Amino acid sequence: MTATVPDHRRSVGTGVLLGVAVMAAVDEIVFHQLLGWHHFYDRATPDVALLSDGLLHAAELVMLVAGVFLVADLSRSGRLARASASGGALLGAGGFQLFDGLVDHKLLQLHQVRYGVDLLPYDLAWNAAGLVLLAAGAVVTRRAGRALRGRATG
Amino acid sequence: MTTWWPAAATSAVLATGYLGALLARPAHLRPWSGLRTVAWLVGAVLVGVALSPPLAEHAQHDHGAHMAQHLLLGMYAPLGLVLGAPLTLVLGSAPRAAAVPLVRVLRSRPVHALSHPVTAAALSTGGLFALYLTPLYELTRSSTVVHGLVLAHLLLAGCLYTWAIAGPDPAPRRPGTTVRVATLVVAAGAHAFLAKLLYADAVRTHADGTHHGAAMTDAAQAMYYGGDGAELLLAVALFAWWYRRGGTRAGRSARAAPTAPSAPAVPLR
Repeated sequence: MTATVPDHRRSVGTGVLLGVAVMAAVDEIVFHQLLGWHHFYDRATPDVALLSDGLLHAAELVMLVAGVFLVADLSRSGRLARASASGGALLGAGGFQLFDGLVDHKLLQLHQVRYGVDLLPYDLAWNAAGLVLLAAGAVVTRRAGRALRGRATG
Repeated sequence: MTTWWPAAATSAVLATGYLGALLARPAHLRPWSGLRTVAWLVGAVLVGVALSPPLAEHAQHDHGAHMAQHLLLGMYAPLGLVLGAPLTLVLGSAPRAAAVPLVRVLRSRPVHALSHPVTAAALSTGGLFALYLTPLYELTRSSTVVHGLVLAHLLLAGCLYTWAIAGPDPAPRRPGTTVRVATLVVAAGAHAFLAKLLYADAVRTHADGTHHGAAMTDAAQAMYYGGDGAELLLAVALFAWWYRRGGTRAGRSARAAPTAPSAPAVPLR
């Protein structure tokens, strides 16, 4: 382990942080603001769910800022592994999509993907997209880790 | 409050006080950053805008103007004022006889307790819960004095909170980055929660879709998204400070030994 070699673990972690935050921002901007599919509040949400929603929302915003500065910090000390960070970002984005689809939509019932339609195809598409991103992230991350280890030993 | 003078006077006092301290700054000290001056002046102008007749007059009966006034006074003006680093400026410019007692006050136990991020968040964001979920809000609509006190509290608590989380000014025994980030998330989360709670309340109590109900839901949404903007700026200020200070410990030690790839990655302390 040397001081200025790209750091796989930290790069993946930072990528995950950014992936979650960017996906959350996309969700907020595209589905809430542009398409208007989701509702700000849909009259059925219990107060406890509103509290957890508020905390998650606040955490996502802070993660976005933290992620950008952590990438800058890794980069200035030469420890940023780009492929590892990209893999992490895909993992984070897919993980958030699945979490939003399963916990926010189904478990907490904060809001649904869309209203006034048959939900099943929307839910399936939503969660399948999350799974695909997650799988792609796993492949990219493993490959990046193997390439870095190969460089270190060879 | 139908005249411009209270708003103009407040802004003018804030601006001239700062510029006066700037003029008195001794020549042997580091030149003062222009960005700090700009930040303070923006903050001073925002205080004036929040108190100006167009907002202040409508704030008593229009929920939108009320919310704009609160966001400006409690979140955006404090960001500008605190990033202007007024304490650092005053400590540099004041004569020794005045600076020493000021430092003593800053190091006193009550100031430690008050400027802890959790206390500051409780006063700032917690104060909003007290305002909107108790009869206090109705009182501010009937009493000018209470209304004025609430506005003053918003501005002062907002400044205290911004200083505790991301202020460039010295804050003795301020907790580390982790506590400050955690406080920011919880306080911003509580702010978003309160905004949605007020929205839900407006929807429930005005289920008939009256104009009044629509104005209240609009104001609650403004609180939610306006709060987001302030949280984002505060997070940027906090992490920019963290980055300038050197970032993670691992990053600092890596940069301390950049040319020797075989050097051990032991943190330099």
